[in-house]
Amino acid sequence: MALLEVKNLGISFGGLRAVDDFNLTIEQGELYGLIGPNGAGKTTIFNLLTGVYKPTDGYIMLDGENITGKKTTEINRHGIARTFQNIRLFSELSVLDNVKVGLHNHYPYSALTGILRLPKYFRVEKEMNEKAMELLKVFGLDKEADYKASNLPYGQQRKLEIARALATGPKLLLLDEPAAGMNPNETQELMKTIRFVRDEFHMTILLIEHDMKLVSGICERLTVLNFGQVLTEGETTAVLHDPKVIAAYLGE
Amino acid sequence: MKTRNLSKLTKSNFITYGIVIAAYIIVEIFLRAGMVSSLLEGLLVPLCMYVILAVSLNLTVGISGELSLGHAGFMCVGAFSSAIFSKCMETVLPVAGIRFFLAILIGTAFAALFGVLIGIPVLRLKGDYLAIVTLAFGEIIKNVVNVVFLGRDSRGFHISTKDSISLGLEKGGEVIIKGPQGITGTPKDSTFLIGVILILITLFVVINLINSRTGRAIMAIRDNRIAAESVGISVTKYKLLAFSVSAALAGTAGVLYAHNLSTLTALPKNFGYNMSITILVFVVLGGIGNIRGSVIAAVVLTLLPELLRSLNDYRMLIYAIILIVTMIFTSSPGGREIQERIKLFFKKKKTKEA
Repeated sequence: MALLEVKNLGISFGGLRAVDDFNLTIEQGELYGLIGPNGAGKTTIFNLLTGVYKPTDGYIMLDGENITGKKTTEINRHGIARTFQNIRLFSELSVLDNVKVGLHNHYPYSALTGILRLPKYFRVEKEMNEKAMELLKVFGLDKEADYKASNLPYGQQRKLEIARALATGPKLLLLDEPAAGMNPNETQELMKTIRFVRDEFHMTILLIEHDMKLVSGICERLTVLNFGQVLTEGETTAVLHDPKVIAAYLGE
Repeated sequence: MKTRNLSKLTKSNFITYGIVIAAYIIVEIFLRAGMVSSLLEGLLVPLCMYVILAVSLNLTVGISGELSLGHAGFMCVGAFSSAIFSKCMETVLPVAGIRFFLAILIGTAFAALFGVLIGIPVLRLKGDYLAIVTLAFGEIIKNVVNVVFLGRDSRGFHISTKDSISLGLEKGGEVIIKGPQGITGTPKDSTFLIGVILILITLFVVINLINSRTGRAIMAIRDNRIAAESVGISVTKYKLLAFSVSAALAGTAGVLYAHNLSTLTALPKNFGYNMSITILVFVVLGGIGNIRGSVIAAVVLTLLPELLRSLNDYRMLIYAIILIVTMIFTSSPGGREIQERIKLFFKKKKTKEA
């Protein structure tokens, strides 16, 4: 059974059909790419998958559960975590606290326990700190744990966003243009990180990207979107040589 | 790395508690020595009340990031609910300590309840809209209290919005709330010591809440609502929690206020818009999100008009100038630069000494 199965997904904003008859199947452990020209509806699909928008048609199945029309918070609990095209960190919180917010639902204690500083508070906070530091170490951010998130350089902010998303313990990770604004060296490093995340956490990853080097370098399969509809899908190399894709998106 | 950070945080919190306790001891010494004017002495309980209000509003404005202009309304709820309780229980529970303790719990609980009830519809709004609606709710609470007549006799409680005669009380019944004349004869249970203890409890609640899982969630929502939802944080739940805790603590301040005066009336001066703005001024000048700053700002700005009393006509002028200078100093780029320089100066001194 596929991890993610999307059937006939569609959404209209007034008269605009932003996404129409969108189908997608992703297997467990796959690194999947979603590409297409600007305004094709890629981020809209992410917003549909994470419950920011409610689809007008179709359904979304995650690991055998129907998550269509659920709220963002519920969908996260079901196992989809994401990063954003324009970085959205908790800018006033420390790097460590950003990850700890991601761990929120996995290390519960009540507000009263926190206020009264019961023994459970100290125990759970310690576990949280250890887990968060472990994650930060993976992304080489452990030395910056005390920094304010907004003081991190751009590349590290992107990494912190991925770390925070992983902290929620997802089954599927959505990355929205992870390489945007990065120089070639940073992109190279990011590719390594994404691969590492997939292998180390046995993660399934769906990413939107314009950087063709990154896409052809790490994605195993691709879906090309154009005007809200699937143009083509399949193995990366085959898709990138498809004349339809070259005409619509890549250029001669 | 982390342990250093944590100890630094606890240290900073202990400094805040320490300041309050030290201030209490100093004032108490001056009181014993008879060096405090009666005017200033009368200001001590209101001072505690203002500190509690400022700290609690900082939870809404600074930590939760919602501009609320109705804080005085929750204070009003706390004041009246506790005053009704105290007045009814005065004969039943003659021990002032226990009665006042229960009154505090009741005032706080009622204010929390109103915080939840008002929070549910209001927190759907953001920014200026939220400010306007909270302002309206604050005024509604005050005005409703102003028209209510409440009486008690052997048959129980009677309520009316007309006058005390229409309550139809039996002989021997007493009127508790006399509409715009409010509640008279509330036992004067508030003392400076209780005020300081309540400040410490407020600080304990707010500081510990901020530095817990719950506080992180609240601040995460403030910093980026969409991202907070994407990592599975329930926005409504945590916003409401912060709002009602803040309201509850305002209620506590209201209890202190109600039991400091023999007559409790809901005037624009004490529970109206002016009060809400005054509290907001403390929060803004103390630094939004800065708990210790709120405490200091509330104390300084309450005492300042009194200390300047000898200047008569120029009093409010100087007060205004101090407010403006403080704002420029803390918020403008130039002011910040001066602050940095001062900090650097002290740092250099320290390293030289070491």
